[in-house]
Amino acid sequence: MKLKGAEIIWECLLREGVNLVFGYPGGAILPTYDAMTKYPQIHHVLTRHEQGATHMADGYARATGKVGVAIATSGPGATNMVTGIATAMLDSSPIVCITGQVASSYIGTDAFQEIDISGVTLPITKHNYLVTDVEDLAYTIREAFHIARTGRPGPVLIDIPKDIQNAETEFVYPDEPIVLPGYRPASAATEAEIERALDLIHAARKPLILAGHGVVMSGAASELMAFVEKAQIPVALTLLGKGGMPEGHPMVLGMMGMHGEAYVNQAIQEADLLLAFGMRFDDRVTGNLATYAPHSRKIHVDIDPSEINKNVRVDLGIVGDLRTVLSQLTPRLRPKQHPEWMAQIREWQDDSFKRDIVNRDAGGKLYAAHVIRDLWEYTGGNATVVTDVGQHQMWEAQYYPHKRPHTLITSGGLGTMGFGLPASIGAKLARPDEEVWAIVGDGGFQMTLAELATAVQEKAAVNIAIINNGYLGMVRQWQEFFYEERYNATPMFSPDFCKLAEAYGIPSRRVTSRDQIKAAVEAARAHNSGPFLIEFVVEKHDIVYPMVPAGADLHNMIRRPLAAPDMV
Amino acid sequence: MKHTLSVLVENKPGVLNRVVSLFRRRSFNIDSLTVGRTHTPEISRMTIVIDGTEQDADRIEKNLYKLVNVIQVDHLTDKPNVIRDLALIKVAVDNTNRSEVMQLCDIFRAHIVDVGPQSVVIEITGDEDKIESFADLLRPIGILEMVRTGVVAMGRGEHLLTSNGYRPQPGANGNGHKSVI
Ligand SMILES: Cc1ncc(C[n+]2csc(CCOP(=O)(O)OP(=O)(O)O)c2C)c(N)n1
Ligand SMILES: [Mg+2]
Repeated sequence: MKLKGAEIIWECLLREGVNLVFGYPGGAILPTYDAMTKYPQIHHVLTRHEQGATHMADGYARATGKVGVAIATSGPGATNMVTGIATAMLDSSPIVCITGQVASSYIGTDAFQEIDISGVTLPITKHNYLVTDVEDLAYTIREAFHIARTGRPGPVLIDIPKDIQNAETEFVYPDEPIVLPGYRPASAATEAEIERALDLIHAARKPLILAGHGVVMSGAASELMAFVEKAQIPVALTLLGKGGMPEGHPMVLGMMGMHGEAYVNQAIQEADLLLAFGMRFDDRVTGNLATYAPHSRKIHVDIDPSEINKNVRVDLGIVGDLRTVLSQLTPRLRPKQHPEWMAQIREWQDDSFKRDIVNRDAGGKLYAAHVIRDLWEYTGGNATVVTDVGQHQMWEAQYYPHKRPHTLITSGGLGTMGFGLPASIGAKLARPDEEVWAIVGDGGFQMTLAELATAVQEKAAVNIAIINNGYLGMVRQWQEFFYEERYNATPMFSPDFCKLAEAYGIPSRRVTSRDQIKAAVEAARAHNSGPFLIEFVVEKHDIVYPMVPAGADLHNMIRRPLAAPDMV
Repeated sequence: MKHTLSVLVENKPGVLNRVVSLFRRRSFNIDSLTVGRTHTPEISRMTIVIDGTEQDADRIEKNLYKLVNVIQVDHLTDKPNVIRDLALIKVAVDNTNRSEVMQLCDIFRAHIVDVGPQSVVIEITGDEDKIESFADLLRPIGILEMVRTGVVAMGRGEHLLTSNGYRPQPGANGNGHKSVI
């Protein structure tokens, strides 16, 4: 069958099981958009900005574990994707970006809308391609999906010149296995590694598991549960590890790191064995490396060999797929209890409990922490929550315990403001049966709010919770702590968000006190024909406690005072 | 300390760029980098010399493996090896010192590849130390120009770096991971 390059693109997407793509047309990708008519099985979501398309593809990928697809034209279309690609790169999210390119004969001439996007995205993609022959197209797309989803997943970009989209060739879908001689993702641990790991685990008196994004991505949630139940080792979660094990399970302590629970960080510092499962000892979870977990042996299981010994020297590095490695380990574990260690942790936990704002009377004020705790309650803790970046993101992580993998979607590695709304639309369209909430700040929301129109056009029933504190709150917090309260460039004017919603035809509520939360959340949950927006007008000068100042020792946290004067 | 890495890469457009970009991004310092063909047309071979610790070399090796087009990396420093650099050196000569230059060439097994009325071009191969000591001796005579290829390296004897033995191996420990137990 003779097909045009443009048609081959869609044929290949179909064979990859794609039924939803996010994109924005333009000159250099027009042949591909034209060919779309022949492929009604694939639904195209027209975004309002190419950044939105990449975040939606990312949200889709994180909600499903499948590869998300974003399409854009050459030049500005492609450069608009850069932030979304980098976001996916730092959180190892599998997306494939397809960009149009000027015709081959124009490449290198600074032609209209020509940008060397494979050069631009070289350091922020797992791999990328410039297709130079229509014969290579099908192979390339297949390879791109394979690379995006296997090993340590990540974004792959395919740049396709316009003449290649127009060129015709005999279409044969390659069905032999993909052979990439230099690409050999790891899978399992060796026998010697398993034995050494078991020795370390059995010898430990104060062991602690650090569970990261790898748990979610390798689909190892039930394997981790089995391991934990048998070994009786408590679990600390990274931000992206949330959902990897149900919070509320007695062995799950909560989040670690800069805004993690103080008792979790204390446990890390006191542990005699750390089992790092699919996490990468990012500076946001370790604090000062020189004083990090000084008493512990360390076992690090990761799919990416370059992560082993990168930030923290470990005693045993196992390169492999976490799910496989856990199923190698668990049957050979000796069941064990660690009563003294658990009692010690519970004691630290008690102190944190007393300081926790949710255990205090709000005195008529509306605190973001209360908003999120109530949202958790009224959604039965079952929603998929997509956040933006800032204080509200950390409050979500602290006050919305997740039960299932893929239900917290947030930009961890890059910390991309503007991620929340578009990613939530991608997540909702990917899994229409899930209740999806976008929790965003007044700042980040305004970076990509144009996608409200996309949500309406697609009837994506996301519930948008704007945590409006009138500030770029997280930056304001740093200014308060570390820059003597000079609030430069952080107070922020915002439009009337409810009127804005109205302009888009989106129903909305404004909540200014805690007693209004329940009704607003219920109204949002009852509305399923499209998005719903709630503006929560919260305390302006609130702070995310506790906090490890950047580069400080993990155990030296700034704690919420035991009794804040305005809170007793 | 200097570390020498031999790297087999797929001979595809942009591969050199990917390797160089990796070194810049991770702020690894390259001392010398050469690239050329092998006996297999689809495969090129790079020799990369870095100045750093054993740990740096290890990190570089693992990061090289993250590039899809990198097939095999061999850390040659601690293995018996042959390391060669080639230099062309143009030296100013006249009747008073021509024979002195020729004698030096003899001792270092260098060749005069061009003779002009006021200069000669000398070709010398060897490891970096040899070329440096040769250049030091020529300097007082008068070096007009010098160019070096950068080093190429190969393991001695049985030690082979081939792409043949390396097929995707499920169950193996992944690229660049050495069990340390
Ligand atoms: C694109 C981008 N620009 C700047 C920042 C730096 N930054 C981190 S948090 C933050 C403030 C976010 O403010 P807002 O969205 O209102 O959320 P809040 O912290 O108030 O909850 C800023 C500016 C960022 N993370 N991303
Ligand atoms: Mg704000």
